Amino acid sequence: MDRYDVIVIGGGIVGTAVLDRLARYELRALLVEKCDDVASFTTRANSGIVHAGYDCEPGTLKAKFNVLGNPLVWKEAEELDVPHLKCGSIVAAGEDGVSGLEELEKKAKANGVEVRLLSREETLGIEPNVADRISCSLYAPTAGVVSPYQMAIAYADRAILNGAKILLEAPVTAIKRSEGKYTICTPKGDFETSVVINCAGAHGAEINDLAGAEHFETTYRRGDYFVLDNTERKNVNTVIFPLPTAAGKGILVAPTADGNVIYGPTAVDTDDCEDTASTLDSLDALKKSVPLTYKRPAFNKCIRVYSGLRTLIEHDFVIGRSKIKDNFIMTIGICSPGLTSAPAIADEILSLTLESINAEKKKDYIINMPRHLRLKELSDEEIERLARSDSRWGRIVCRCEKVTEAEIIAAINSPLPATTVDAVKRRVRAGMGRCQGGFCGPRVIEILSRELNIPISEVKKGLGASIAPFRVKEVD
Amino acid sequence: MLLNYDVVIIGGGPAGMAAAIAAHDSGAKTLILERDVRLGGILNQCIHQGFGLHYFGEEMTGTEYAERFRREVHKRDIDVMLEAMVLSLGEARIVTALSPERGLVKVKAGAVVLAMGCRERTAGAIALPGTRPAGIYTAGMAQKMCNIDGYLVGREVVILGSGDIGLIMARRMTTEGAKVKLVLELMPYSSGLKRNIVQCLDDYGIPIKYSHTITRVVGNPRITGIYYAPVGEDRRPILSEEKFVSCDALLLSVGLIPENDLLGGLGVEMSSVTNGACVDENRMTSLKGVFSCGNVLHVHDLVDNVSREAEIAGRAAASYAKGDLKSGEGVCVCAKDGVRYALPQRLTKGEGKVKIFFRVDGVYKGAKLVAECEGRQIFAKKFAVLAPGEMGDIEIDKAGVDGDIVVRLQR
Amino acid sequence: MNTICIMCPMGCPLNIERVGDEIKVTGNTCKRGEIYGKAEFTHPVRVVTTLVKLSDGSVASCKSCLPVPKERVADVVEGIGKLTLPADVRIGDIFKVGVKSLDVDIAITGTPASA
Repeated sequence: MDRYDVIVIGGGIVGTAVLDRLARYELRALLVEKCDDVASFTTRANSGIVHAGYDCEPGTLKAKFNVLGNPLVWKEAEELDVPHLKCGSIVAAGEDGVSGLEELEKKAKANGVEVRLLSREETLGIEPNVADRISCSLYAPTAGVVSPYQMAIAYADRAILNGAKILLEAPVTAIKRSEGKYTICTPKGDFETSVVINCAGAHGAEINDLAGAEHFETTYRRGDYFVLDNTERKNVNTVIFPLPTAAGKGILVAPTADGNVIYGPTAVDTDDCEDTASTLDSLDALKKSVPLTYKRPAFNKCIRVYSGLRTLIEHDFVIGRSKIKDNFIMTIGICSPGLTSAPAIADEILSLTLESINAEKKKDYIINMPRHLRLKELSDEEIERLARSDSRWGRIVCRCEKVTEAEIIAAINSPLPATTVDAVKRRVRAGMGRCQGGFCGPRVIEILSRELNIPISEVKKGLGASIAPFRVKEVD
Repeated sequence: MLLNYDVVIIGGGPAGMAAAIAAHDSGAKTLILERDVRLGGILNQCIHQGFGLHYFGEEMTGTEYAERFRREVHKRDIDVMLEAMVLSLGEARIVTALSPERGLVKVKAGAVVLAMGCRERTAGAIALPGTRPAGIYTAGMAQKMCNIDGYLVGREVVILGSGDIGLIMARRMTTEGAKVKLVLELMPYSSGLKRNIVQCLDDYGIPIKYSHTITRVVGNPRITGIYYAPVGEDRRPILSEEKFVSCDALLLSVGLIPENDLLGGLGVEMSSVTNGACVDENRMTSLKGVFSCGNVLHVHDLVDNVSREAEIAGRAAASYAKGDLKSGEGVCVCAKDGVRYALPQRLTKGEGKVKIFFRVDGVYKGAKLVAECEGRQIFAKKFAVLAPGEMGDIEIDKAGVDGDIVVRLQR
Repeated sequence: MNTICIMCPMGCPLNIERVGDEIKVTGNTCKRGEIYGKAEFTHPVRVVTTLVKLSDGSVASCKSCLPVPKERVADVVEGIGKLTLPADVRIGDIFKVGVKSLDVDIAITGTPASA
């Protein structure tokens, strides 16, 4: 049985950030993830907002980690070469919302977050397309957007480069404890470890139960989103929120770090931790809500609908050591602002881990990741030079997002290799554009088949489902 | 490296090949930039019959139609760059393309012909509710995977939309042994050709339900079925009548959109109806020296019409490059009263006959199509049936045109 | 019987009936429609288009050179499914397919991109 010092369960944004921290120490660290890639569930389907932290209830863990996490996200997105945009956010309100904004401003002060109350004219200076009914707003300059899945993937890549391990398609089936050690059982093998860190997201409470740690009741809230064509990007400068309600931060309009625009999320309570199916009702609700803050909704420019789940445990994050099980550390119930908080949570978890195990910091570990070369960001001279030295730089596979064969192959050969069409898509955006892989999908399948040396029919979209399952002339 | 050509054609499908041949035969030094590994475009995956009857006077497959044109291109001194993706079209008609063989290439064009074709509307574009599993394809993607790559995307199939590619794929999938269980069409009529309903659905007993749509997709990670329901007059589904059908593949044939992404930022006048550029009878856009033809201009039902339209554009582009394309005072061609669009949208006053293509916005029986100029009727024809899925054309004499033209239905 | 002509994209609505010894087609707008209508009434035929395996594992597209009886389309497809043709076939090459007492010529209509 392989032995580790620390095993992280779950490869979402928190799990990968934690692994990234652990990898800087002389620790044998493993992350086990049930899906075929990291960032495969909640991390792949959220708003991608880097929150300023003005709306968290002062004194909560949410407030603490959001405020600590915000500057870390901006710094680490640079280190990791992950698309991000510090565009600021506004909470836009009508006449009836002035007192609500003032409340938020008070919370911002309590949390130590920079905000400014703006008049309609000042708001228009930042965001010309707010709805006509908007009379004022609360501006938070430190907010913005980042690609959430690319952030998690980059943490995973950096952790691997620094010596940590990631095991995919390894759902935890049992957690045993004997002689001061844990045994983590998965279909890919059993692993011994001194410390367990539960970052299992939507399945966090289940993992606690498997380990015999504290029991938590979990509820889920589904959110549906529209993704708009990148031609809409010019109409949105900043993250536009409505006034928050009990159900959450409300339906926002925001640029994405990759150059699209999103509208969402709705808030639909569900008790199914896998329920990410959008519904007609929910999509209709979105269509009604967006115009309340934004005057140029363009639902006809939609290129994709997606849904994500927020996992809610009580009213705050649950972060800390189990009081029942030694060396069992929990980070669960990480709903919004989880993405922003992740690096700060990871620092906290690292400290807790180092209380359990003495470990030296590695002498040289990688902080600044090698730049991803992206055709879209290169000058003509750079493109010319690359294409001359490697013809794959001259072969555009995804025409909507202008992604070359070379970029796709780099993703397949990255520290945490992309092995599915969706994994390629999350790394280099092939198939993320307006044709949604209609043209490049078959080409990406061919490239994966060739590079991984597997038959076309074995190439998966993701989560085990093939895209071209049958050969013609062989159907029964 | 800056290359010089009289005419640069962007796209080597049916429109691009026909435009290139016409431009070359008019004396222009011509280049085709094609993003795929061979010329032919979408025709390379159209292995069914139904092409060429008008143009070649014989019925052939799409692949054969493409081959005829490929041979014509290769017979001539027309330069072709394959796997060449155009990255930008600059102000002074500088075309920048990238290809594995040539790297980054810049071409100064005397005239540019846009022939990039169209793309399919996706599940995302129609905000299809439910899960987003493997097993959902646009009909054209499923067609490519089947007819070129030799892979079948499923064995139990539902098709949403009754565009021609969807109908053709219903038959293809059936021929390859899959069971096509149901075709759903939101509208009360098909958007495809009538003969495709007969030979692709009726021949195989495949049911089509009009005024029905999908209410949600189920299954994860692979599709296991869909719920569907009839729609009311507002085209919203009546959820109380929702039914389930199992499937392992869903094909979408819900519309085509001209791929004009290259024109972003150039300020070319676009039609919000066709999603293509607004053009004159030479198929010249509002940007001088830039022409557009085929499905990038407006979506055609028949490749034969694409070829003819592209020849107009190719010839005119060659004339423009030589500096002898006549320009003159223009008039507008507008569509009204049941006519969705008429194309070209502009005409130059002068002599000669000119064809105007149109589509209607619903099914009309026994309707009369008229063209009027300054309130005067200059053309009239009665049609037994007019349907949105079928493009029509009328021919008018320019001699009688002295003002804006209105094309409309008289009922 | 009533049907839609499939000979060209116009899709003329045809009415076909037996009048004495003759089969009368109305609704057509050309000669091809009349021929189609008569055949559809007596013995419907269709051109078969499908794929055929090549020896290198790729596929080429093909069609029956002549229309085949509609009820035999599935047999012809099955017969073509059993063939494996040389990888270097060219568009226009003709091959014979024998299926259950039916001899059909097929023509290659398209080849892989690499050809």
